[in-house]
Formats: sequence, C-alpha cells, structure tokens
Amino acid sequence: MIPLDRILVSGALLLSLQIAQATEGRTVFTQGGQNPAAMACIGCHGADGMGMAAAGFPRLAGLPAGYLSKQLADFRSGSRKNPIMEPLAKALSDSEIQSVSAALAAMPTPKTPVVRRQQMASSPDEKLALYGDWSRGIPGCVQCHGPGGLGVGEHFPPLVHQPASYLVAQLNAWRDGTRSNDTNQLMVGVAKALNDEEVKAVADYFANRIGQEGTQ
Amino acid sequence: MTRFMLTLLALGMGNAQAAQIVMEDQSQLKVLPASAAAAFSPPAESELPDNAFGKMVREGHALFVDTRRLMPNNVGNGLNCSNCHLDQGRMANSAPLWGAYPMYPAYRKKNDKVNTFAERIQGCFQFSMNGKPPAADSPEMTALSVYAYWLASKAPIGVEMPGRGYPDVPQPAQGYDFGRGEQVYKDQCAVCHGSHGEGQSVANDYVMPPLWGKDSYNWGAGMHRINTATSFIKHNMPLGKPGSLSDQQAWDVAAYINKHERPQDPRLIEGSIEKTRLKFHANDGVNLYGQKVEGVLIGQGTGK
Repeated sequence: MIPLDRILVSGALLLSLQIAQATEGRTVFTQGGQNPAAMACIGCHGADGMGMAAAGFPRLAGLPAGYLSKQLADFRSGSRKNPIMEPLAKALSDSEIQSVSAALAAMPTPKTPVVRRQQMASSPDEKLALYGDWSRGIPGCVQCHGPGGLGVGEHFPPLVHQPASYLVAQLNAWRDGTRSNDTNQLMVGVAKALNDEEVKAVADYFANRIGQEGTQ
Repeated sequence: MTRFMLTLLALGMGNAQAAQIVMEDQSQLKVLPASAAAAFSPPAESELPDNAFGKMVREGHALFVDTRRLMPNNVGNGLNCSNCHLDQGRMANSAPLWGAYPMYPAYRKKNDKVNTFAERIQGCFQFSMNGKPPAADSPEMTALSVYAYWLASKAPIGVEMPGRGYPDVPQPAQGYDFGRGEQVYKDQCAVCHGSHGEGQSVANDYVMPPLWGKDSYNWGAGMHRINTATSFIKHNMPLGKPGSLSDQQAWDVAAYINKHERPQDPRLIEGSIEKTRLKFHANDGVNLYGQKVEGVLIGQGTGK
C-alpha cells in the first residue's frame, strides 16, 4: 500500500504542475514565449482566440490540444508552410507548445447548432458539405468533420466558426502542396478534386451559413 | 376497452411479431466482379416530383442516413443504413439500393423461401443494426422501400447489374494474418474508427461507426464474414480512398476486425454457439464464429 501522505504529496505536485502549465499557456497566449521571436497568439488570433476573418487568421479557441500541438510541430518541420508561423513555432519550447495548446483548447467557443445529415441537399454547396460528390471520390465534409462541421477527435478539426478566407487558404495549400501534414493524406485528395468555385462554396458554407446560425 | 387501448395492444402485438426473425437466411449473394463497369446511375434529387411520392422518398432518405436517431426503437447499435451503403445508398460496389431493389422478391434455396424486399430490410435491422425490425407494413418500412424504389428508377427488374453488392476479392494464396491486419488497422483505420474499434462520437452520436463491440453489427450480420468485410473495405475504405489497399491488406484487416467480439447472433440455438455455428455459420463464406482463435472461443457476444 502507498502511504496516504505520499499520495497527497504526489497529488499536490500534479496539481501544482497543472497550474504551472495553465499559467504558462495563458502567458504564451497573451504575452508570447520566453524567446522574443515566439510572439503572443493574441496579436493575430484575437483576445477571444476566435481569429481575425479580414486577415484570414484562424480561430484557435476550443480546437483540440492534440491538433494544435501537431500543427505547431508541423510548422517546425515544414510539412505545413506559413511565413509567420514557421519561425514562431521554432521559437516556442516543447513545454510552451504543450501548455499553449492546452490553454487554447480550454477557451470557450460560441454555441453551434448540430446540423444533421437528414434532408436531401437543396443546393450544390450543401450537397458537397453534407454528402460530397462520389463520382469524383469526394466525401461530404461532415462525414469526417462531424455534424455541422463541429470537429471530431484530434484529427478532424472544427470547420464551423473558421473564417472563410482561412478555409479557402487551407484547401488551396493542400492543392498546391504547401500543406502536406494530413494524416494518411486524407485531405489532399479531396482538396485536389475540388475546383476554385467549390473551394469557395464549401468554405462559405461552414464560415457563414452555419457560423451565423450559431451566433444567433 | 377504448379504441386507444386497442391500438396500443395492436402495437404491442406488432412488436412481438417483429421480434421473430423473418429472414433467417443472411448468407451471401452472388455478385458480378468489380471489373464489370457499373453503368447505372440513379436519379438526381432535382428529378424528385413535388408531390406525396416525392415527400415519401425524402422521408425514406432521412431514415436511411439518420437511422439510429430517427428509429431508436429499431436500431440497437451505433449504425445507420448509410454506414454500409455509402453515398446515401447510391454508390456502386457499396451494396447500392438500386442494385438490390429490382432483385426482390427473391427465392433463396438455402431456406427454400421467397423473401420480399421488406423482409430483406428487416434482416438488416435484425443483424447489421442489432435491433428490432420495423413491421413490413409500418410507415418506416414503406418510406425506406419507396426510397429504394426511386433510386432504382429505370433499372431492369430481376437483372444482376454491375455495381450491385460488394464485389468479391479473391483470397490471397497465403490466406490472411491477424498480426498484419492489426498493423493495417493501426495505420489506416484507427484515425477514424479508434484504436479499439470503438468509433468516434460528437454530441452523443457516432460520426465514425464502431467496428466491433456492443455498438457494432452482430454475429449474424453479413459483414461478420471476413470475405464480405474484405469486399466492403477493398471497394470503399478508407473513406475517399477506395481501392487503395491491396487485396492482401483488405483480407488481413477484415480478419483482424472480425475476430473481435460483437453482439450475439440473435438466431442463437438453445444458447449453444456450436449448434448456431453448425446451422448458420459452417457453410457461410469465411468466418470465425464458433471457432477458436489463439485459444479463445469466438462468438461469445458482448452481452447486449
């Protein structure tokens, strides 16, 4: 049997570690990392972490911690390219990546309606989002990203409440190869099968239609 | 007794009848090889008439893609029809409804019986969805049948069309291997279906279906056959990348998935796995029910 005092001590240690991590995560978010090149997230992603639509900066609040830390690691390795984020991710320590990812994941997000796959699609963009176009091997976005684009687990991030400009940029990054960090190349084939109009249409579908419904 | 009570009683009796297994024979169909190009295309949504028929097609479609939520009394696990019949029942080589509907009523030698399309759908609910089938004359069954009929518009009756069912994948010379299958599963399937086949949920509803365990298809479902699961996987998985696994990989991973426990075969005879094996599994494709794998008897069920 482990003595009670030892359990208490290790419990307290764990708790203080968690508090330290949460503090570090908030600090990186609001003030940046130890290295001055690791700029604060808040500058581009907003005080609420919901991104900046006009500039195409994505929402980070409420994204899964595993997804966020993988993206930072991928900016370091170059499998996801971005002139701002690559040097920034390299300037963050491993511990800072873990703690800022956890802090971002814990941030509140607006309520999102759960849009079911139930009705037949009434427009081509709704058809792509809900059911895809299997004649070209394109699954419906929600089949992996969940009902209403809420996101599923740590591999399939939310699409809802992301700026349309960001979603368009990501789909195009897969098309031109500047983003190649998708698990089992699940996105690259889908993105390459879409044309310019469709990229814009599905991005608008999740950013505007569902996003606006969610803020009502 | 009031009319209301009578209706309740009738509903109760309907349920009792539904608990019987009307389509006992779940053995596999003969399907054309995948090399035969599927020429049939089902009608587009825009072709639906704006009348009572069109409305019922839409109702059937809703039941087909959101089955678990709309028919909670009939679905006993985490699956929807559209999990095994991709693209809303439209996709060739994914057991499309347009390939199935024109083949019923069908005589099956095995049980020496003519089975109707409604009975075939009842089989899906009983086994693949581990639930209680809706009555043949229920509004849900009518809607599902009308949806299937509509998808089969202009298809010939009683003709085995290319693209029907899940085309066979020949068993490789070296058979299948659970260890290799586990590796394929980890590399290709776990990202969606979870490392223990548990699927993934959002807002209390499965997005990616569970492949084994209490919320998956039961030991009586056609998908429990390794050869059938192989065919489904080869032609449809990973989602969006059909045909990307080799025949060997598809066999290995299907065997790995189908050696895991799942709900008991509802046809279980006198509580005996061996009797059930002899009657329903011994001559039904390649399956592990009632056999020992690595010293463990397969087919014990999940207690649900």
